[in-house]
Amino acid sequence: MPEGTITVNYSGAVNAALWRCLAELPETLLYGEDVAKPGGVHGVTRGLWKEFGDRVFDTPISESAILGSAVGAAMMGRRPIVEIMWADFFLVALDQMVNQAANIRYVSGGRLTAPLVVRTQQGNSLGACAQHSQNLEAFFCHTPGLRVAMPSTPQDAYDIMVSAVHCDDPVVVIDNRTLYFGEKQEIVTDRPPAAIGGSHVRRTGPGATMVTWGAITHRVIEAADRLAANGTPVTVIETPWLNPFDTDAVLESVAKTGGRLAVVHEANTTAGFGAEVVVRAAEAGVLRQPPVRIGVPDTRIPAAPELAAALIPGTERIAAEVAGLVATG
Amino acid sequence: MREQLMADLRAMWRIRAFEEKTQALCGSGDVRGSVHLCIGQEAGPVGAAEAFTDGDALFATYRGHGWAIARGVPLEPLFGELLGRASGVNGGRGGSAYLSAPEYGFLGENSIVGAGTPMAVGAALAGRHDGSSRLAAVVFGEGAMNQGAVHEAMNFAAMMALPVLFICENNRWSELTLTRDMVRNPSLTDRPKALGIPAIRIDGNDPATVRETILDFAEAAREDGGPAFVELTTQRLVGHYVGDAQQYRTREELAEDRRQEPIARAAAALAEAGVAAAEIDAVRAAAWAEVEQAAAAALAASPADVSTVREHVYA
Repeated sequence: MPEGTITVNYSGAVNAALWRCLAELPETLLYGEDVAKPGGVHGVTRGLWKEFGDRVFDTPISESAILGSAVGAAMMGRRPIVEIMWADFFLVALDQMVNQAANIRYVSGGRLTAPLVVRTQQGNSLGACAQHSQNLEAFFCHTPGLRVAMPSTPQDAYDIMVSAVHCDDPVVVIDNRTLYFGEKQEIVTDRPPAAIGGSHVRRTGPGATMVTWGAITHRVIEAADRLAANGTPVTVIETPWLNPFDTDAVLESVAKTGGRLAVVHEANTTAGFGAEVVVRAAEAGVLRQPPVRIGVPDTRIPAAPELAAALIPGTERIAAEVAGLVATG
Repeated sequence: MREQLMADLRAMWRIRAFEEKTQALCGSGDVRGSVHLCIGQEAGPVGAAEAFTDGDALFATYRGHGWAIARGVPLEPLFGELLGRASGVNGGRGGSAYLSAPEYGFLGENSIVGAGTPMAVGAALAGRHDGSSRLAAVVFGEGAMNQGAVHEAMNFAAMMALPVLFICENNRWSELTLTRDMVRNPSLTDRPKALGIPAIRIDGNDPATVRETILDFAEAAREDGGPAFVELTTQRLVGHYVGDAQQYRTREELAEDRRQEPIARAAAALAEAGVAAAEIDAVRAAAWAEVEQAAAAALAASPADVSTVREHVYA
């Protein structure tokens, strides 16, 4: 293995990033429900408590206290990294993110700041109930003052966590638990922390621009490969940072792909962040065809896997809808 | 005792005059928006102030002008904030109900009931790791005792043995509703006690009692690193907000509150101790002179700077 690289799955990448941040930044703290001695309900924070002692600790099942104490500690100069075990649990404590963390810098005119990172994970997985399946990124994107990221690869999981911890704004990093134990990949771990933001071109082709983020990126790439195999290659832009969002990269690509844009996310469509992406393209005047928005329809999420699968966009549906878009000429 | 009580009276009158002037500025339309006055509750901040040192962190509520003043925030930028002036402590971004002055250890009011409690826990947590062992104090009304965040914060502080002072100002009214009608167990201190937090209910209209109690608890919190809870019984002599007609209160209740309120009590005690009426009146006059000067200066200052309104959303 080359120096400065490790071979890890997504979960291991997050763990390595947390390890690095705790080691390099003495002002960091890491806490949340079951994150220390148990190592996290998904095992992501395993071993950190042993290495970093009382800077890593378990908390009561008290989301308001977790987030609120992170805000207070950040105001006093710490860089807390806290975990909300399921994004759905955010909803019992949104006050501390929206009314508190997001306001600190603005209302104080920059004399107070809240450089905290909230790690969470979301989305549907086999048999998950309606209260463990939601995709809530749009809530945070609709809150000025917060930064939002949704990685989908081990390298991004690592890089984004390091950037988020170094960022002076409150950052919400949303994983998808179905990614945690994916295949191991070699990732680079010795780069200096990058500025937040940016995007990746995952596939290129003139047929259309597909914009996506989070775990569904993998399905979008599969769909794009299928389209390419059928002779209609398309461009896939993955935007792991939703705030700041790489609008320029999207607009440039849409302009180069015949003004055809499809946005794909696992969240439901109405007021989803995809709607924002479509509007930005419309405002910029780069659309030449009606855009395509692919997401879960506006329903609740059922537990039975067969029912959930009927709602969550799969590779086939994505490929079919984008093939229709490409066919618009 | 006499010297201290005179000093307390001066400090209480500064707050009272500030609040009464604010009320007048609401009436004249100079202060716009929701304003919550602490008239009648001045003994709490005045008595507690001595317990705080430079590195400590104080979080308050929207009824927090008195706590900001007690913490040392000058009156002119406070008026400036209420008036939406560039010279305000937050340049007009906070307003009456959400202002902060971190240079004075005043980490801010909060307009979400109970929300400051977990933040104070975090400030104490930071102190454990930055070597300061700072004391964090959070003030909230007794109505906030029915907020989940307060319960979570108290348990979190107890579990971690963090030096947090939970200061509950009990003015009996959860906004416009009697708190005793909103609970089955009227003893609020039973709740922190159940979480393993030492708790006491004291006369919050006597600055000396408040001072002694808060100093003791603050010292214990710093030494043992555990939280404490102090309930200050008090009353507000005015509405929940400026403009509140208070139809929910009886004349008898208000008359009794006026007998109990801290400034009247301090003045009576001083008179009994032989202080001349003129000397007591002079305290009031001096506070008003300072307040009028500060308000005039704030009124004369430039309005909040619109050209910066989009700044500081992000780093």
